[in-house]
Amino acid sequence: MRKTLIAFLALSALASPVHALQPDEILADPKLETRAREISAGLRCLVCQNQSIDDSDASLARDLRTLVREQLKAGKSDQEIKTFLVDRYGNFVLLKPPFEWDTAALWLSPFALFAVGGFFLWRKSRNRKAEPAAPAPLSAEESEKLKALLGGDANPAPQADKS
Amino acid sequence: MIIETGHFALALALALALMQVVLPFWGARTRDANLMATARPLALTQFALVALAYAALTWAHVVSDFSLVNVIENSHSTKPMIYKISGVWGNHEGSMMLWALILTLSGAAMALFSRAIPPRLLADATSVQGLLSVAFLLFILLTSNPFARIETPPMEGNDLNPILQDPGLAIHPPLLYLGYVGFSIVFSLAAGALISGRTDAAFARFIRPWTLAAWIFLTLGIAMGSYWAYYTLGWGGFWFWDPVENASLLPWLSGTALLHSASVMEKRESLKVWTIFLAILTFSLSLLGTFLVRSGVLTSVHSFASDPTRGLFILGILVLFIGGALFLFMLRAPTLTGGGLFAPISREGFLVVNNLLLTAACAAVFIGTLYPLALEAWNGSKITVGAPFFNLTFGPLFAPILLLAPLGQLLAWKRADLLGAAQRLWFVAALGLVAMLGFYAAQGGPVIAVIGAGVAIYLMTASFVEIWGRVFPQGFRKRANAFGRLAGLPLSAWGAALAHAGLGVTLLGLAATGWGVEKITKVQKGETYQVGPYALQATSIEAAEGPNYREAIVHMTISRDGKEVAKFDPSKRFFKTRQMATSQAGIVTLNLGQVYVAVAEQSADGAFDARMYWKPFVSLIWLGALVMSFGGALSLADRRLRVGVARRAKILASAQPAE
Repeated sequence: MRKTLIAFLALSALASPVHALQPDEILADPKLETRAREISAGLRCLVCQNQSIDDSDASLARDLRTLVREQLKAGKSDQEIKTFLVDRYGNFVLLKPPFEWDTAALWLSPFALFAVGGFFLWRKSRNRKAEPAAPAPLSAEESEKLKALLGGDANPAPQADKS
Repeated sequence: MIIETGHFALALALALALMQVVLPFWGARTRDANLMATARPLALTQFALVALAYAALTWAHVVSDFSLVNVIENSHSTKPMIYKISGVWGNHEGSMMLWALILTLSGAAMALFSRAIPPRLLADATSVQGLLSVAFLLFILLTSNPFARIETPPMEGNDLNPILQDPGLAIHPPLLYLGYVGFSIVFSLAAGALISGRTDAAFARFIRPWTLAAWIFLTLGIAMGSYWAYYTLGWGGFWFWDPVENASLLPWLSGTALLHSASVMEKRESLKVWTIFLAILTFSLSLLGTFLVRSGVLTSVHSFASDPTRGLFILGILVLFIGGALFLFMLRAPTLTGGGLFAPISREGFLVVNNLLLTAACAAVFIGTLYPLALEAWNGSKITVGAPFFNLTFGPLFAPILLLAPLGQLLAWKRADLLGAAQRLWFVAALGLVAMLGFYAAQGGPVIAVIGAGVAIYLMTASFVEIWGRVFPQGFRKRANAFGRLAGLPLSAWGAALAHAGLGVTLLGLAATGWGVEKITKVQKGETYQVGPYALQATSIEAAEGPNYREAIVHMTISRDGKEVAKFDPSKRFFKTRQMATSQAGIVTLNLGQVYVAVAEQSADGAFDARMYWKPFVSLIWLGALVMSFGGALSLADRRLRVGVARRAKILASAQPAE
């Protein structure tokens, strides 16, 4: 029984990936650890799909977690650590893309779409409001014409049928 | 022989699909009723043939026929039977077979249950559906043939990816595909309506049941996938804004918008152009999702093996169908006339706002998913668009819907009294505020969780204010005949209320994640660990043998205030063939929340690394999705709104005794 367990563990240690944040990685200072967790949540495990390094099982994620904690222990600020990682891995490492000239379209377009759609609907609803209102009064010229038509000839104009 | 029969059936289905493209379409042009009538038998036979091919492939997996490349690569003789059957779609070729099966099932369903649809519209729609079948059957036969044999079969297969050896595999893909592919019917009907020029209010009636059915399945499929991720990944995350997840969320958002705009088109003849556009968009997004997952543009647990030919082929399908449908739309849209007018403050007006918000939220997800690909292609810079982006864009665009949905339900068509409707909601709004205070007093914690939970309580109760108003139109005191009115309420009223309330239930679950407790520590046999209100004790550690894996099990008990409330056994499995380990989290549901423990490595002293969580109300996230789908199902069951029953309903109504 015990032997199987040991064999099992030996095998799994060989093959299984390292797991998400593990007890032995946690810093003794709870304040530093909280900061480490906050920073980690915003960093992408570079070899995974949109997972933060905190949640990832990949060994690279473990390395990055350790790196963040070492830098924290060395007294670096959150921003310094992020800058250090971006210098090394590029913006790819940040789960929240920074607002730059080539990401402006990314950040703004959903809201721009909402604003344009909203503006379009607002204008349309104003037009609609105008529609059911009473038709504009006849101009002097039209009144003359109508009078002439009604008074001069009892038969309605042939065009009137079509409208 | 069985394999060859299946292979042949698939090729024959392709031939029938080609006939289905040409014959009904030609019949509609020449007004030949006999040609148009070929649509039904063609669609049904095609489905039967694809089903036969699918059954043959399943047979090969069940009997472990290792002369098939597909079986060698994804199966093993010792694999449990449930994974032999569900493992058929746990790989690229098989999942495309499931796609084709459901596509032809949709085609058959459309041909069978659409007797109320005008024959020419139906003929054009089945012809489009046939074209979809042609594209996907060709794709399978040319690039992803599951029936490929190998000359010298090996004794044993490579087994299925252990992450996929889970009951989730039996449920999640079929549900998701029924949703994804179910929208193909709506797409075909929209294209058919554009071709034949029949785009009146009746169109909204024809697509309603299909939209609802696909939406129900998609809701369930997404929720199931999310729960699967939650219990498999070992730390309780349930949504990652992973591109593959986003691909399923996109058609859900646009399908939800479609459900709402179709109701306006059906009742008021307005929003025609927009409804038809959404009908095309929703399935286009499903196709896009398939492209993203199957082409290898993205890599994830969903993408299996991929090669560039497949990607190009699907891209071609994508361009053909989306481009073709949009071209048709462009030709016909200017000829569509607007219907009934309405004031901005009206049921229609609010449904338009709902559509604007849902579409913008959908665009946020769409842009966030594809922007990194586009940017890299454009200037080579690689960025990541992760959860923080979606929280900041999708969040604010979706949040107003949660507040406005109950208000919209209370407004009348055409022109409504906003103040009157708001007054009817003051009580539940106050209830939401009281709930916020209550949650703050009880749990404290992050402001966003407190606000979210309060809004959730508001949404859950406010969704039923409309029903309350219909049962007690003159207040609770004058409640004569209230039971009669309650019984007389249409099912669709209950459906709408439940679907909205379900959204509130999910929101409460999401908000409550803010109050979760986490403990990452080593677990020793006999030791007790306090996680939130519960004390967890590891009683014993055991090694066990499964059919195709070995397992280390940690037996644990949960107690509260000294009393034992539950036992559970988180474990770690090791799969021999693939040399991979998975963590089977131990999960116990207590008072709607869950105790969650995942174990990892064992160190030399026998202790296990473990992550332990108390997640209050977490089960509501998925229960809410169930409630939403149930609301959809009630709405679907409403006889009055089903196509073709109007006549029968009239007879029934006249037969009823007068009140």
